[in-house]
Amino acid sequence: MPAEESAATGEPMIRFEDVVKRFGPKTVLDGMNFSIAPGERVTLIGPSGSGKTTILRLLMTLERVSGGVIWVDGEPLTHERKGSKLEPASEKYLRKARQRIGMVFQQFNLFPNMTVIENVMEAPVSVLGLSKDDARARGTELLDKVGMVDFVDAHPTRLSGGQQQRVAIARALAMEPDILLLDEVTSALDPELVVDVLGVLREIAETTDITMLIVTHEMHFARDVSHRVMMFDQGVIIEDGPPSKIFNDPDNERTRTFLKAVLEER
Amino acid sequence: MNGTERRLWNWDYTWEVLPELVKAFLKLTLGITAAAAVVAIVLGLLFALGRRADASWISWPTYWVVEFIRSTPIPIQLFFVYFGLPVVGVQLSALVTGIAVLGVHYAAYMSEVYRAGIDAIPKGQWEACTALSLSPRRTWIGVILPQVVRRILPSTGNQIIALFKETPFLIVIGVAEMVTVANQFGGQNYRYIEPITVAGLIFLLASYPTSVLMRRLETRLAR
Repeated sequence: MPAEESAATGEPMIRFEDVVKRFGPKTVLDGMNFSIAPGERVTLIGPSGSGKTTILRLLMTLERVSGGVIWVDGEPLTHERKGSKLEPASEKYLRKARQRIGMVFQQFNLFPNMTVIENVMEAPVSVLGLSKDDARARGTELLDKVGMVDFVDAHPTRLSGGQQQRVAIARALAMEPDILLLDEVTSALDPELVVDVLGVLREIAETTDITMLIVTHEMHFARDVSHRVMMFDQGVIIEDGPPSKIFNDPDNERTRTFLKAVLEER
Repeated sequence: MNGTERRLWNWDYTWEVLPELVKAFLKLTLGITAAAAVVAIVLGLLFALGRRADASWISWPTYWVVEFIRSTPIPIQLFFVYFGLPVVGVQLSALVTGIAVLGVHYAAYMSEVYRAGIDAIPKGQWEACTALSLSPRRTWIGVILPQVVRRILPSTGNQIIALFKETPFLIVIGVAEMVTVANQFGGQNYRYIEPITVAGLIFLLASYPTSVLMRRLETRLAR
């Protein structure tokens, strides 16, 4: 399948192995298998309810798998090794394992009881044990990178959606994750604010080697920043390839109709 | 006071009882309210967290204790603790009994206030904590509780006002709070109208402005 795997020198950064996810009687993912190489930026597209967001939520350990194993850099994420066997991960194991992964949400989810810089400093101080000074320095640098350095002491509720989302990106990056998950990060924004947020993300894509998984309806953005696009439908990957191929000449008829619908909507 | 005259209202008598009632109010009624409120606020949170516990051996007993406390009247609880517990060797002073019973009773109410406050925190806040790998302790103390406190401040104020107005129940175990003192004046002088009215007015003067303040706070926080 994907030629991108050759880019990986050793283990893939992310590997889904027969991953199943059910919500009650509904099967959202039915035996999902794919790998993502270190530094690869992958956009997941497809109609709502096709399982894209579930992939991100499983990786962030916000949901537990119903079956199968997710591997991150050769280590199990959903399970822990007990001797030669794999057992479902304990809460304690997850707390450590998820530190390599960061996520930016559609609704920003900044902490309203903290200022902008406190939001960004929180996890580096309380999880990584950085000193307040170091965390503040790192936070200020990141806020500068996302164009929010003038708002360090502002409260999130005073900011526009686009500004909040840029802070949320800085907050996620402050943990220096290997993997960054972007879950429809511009969907809740007014159109004129989308550009700023996408601009910030483009720059991060260009200047870092973080592995990114992106769920978005911004097809231009997807085409520009991703190495690879995966088209989902009803919990199955129906097409997987470089953006030039998927966007210009998809093999699958459903991909074609989906893209047509999304692009016409704009 | 010369008790021969049966006027509707005796001002001399009023001035005689007023300072004593104010003294009892400041020394005991307010003190008991403050101490019981602290018990209610701390224990109420523990009740609320206990009911949320994953372990059913914590959540079930907590549920039943809270329901039991909420469903029995304060005077019964006062009698039970003050006169019943000494039988099993636990002897508390009337004052401590009063503070404990009012505090625990309102802790049961406060646990509901906390529960509503915690349930009102958007799911995204919890998810952001997970995504940042915050420990459960840090999630609660750094993120969830500060937001809960802000949300429940007005209802907590109203609970404390309600608690404040229940302090006269302590008359049943003889704590010398304001209404007990008013009752003693009435008994000694065969005139209840002045002391009881004055006591009522003192309650009104204390609780009405406080509840107005709480309502203002509510509108301010809602913004």
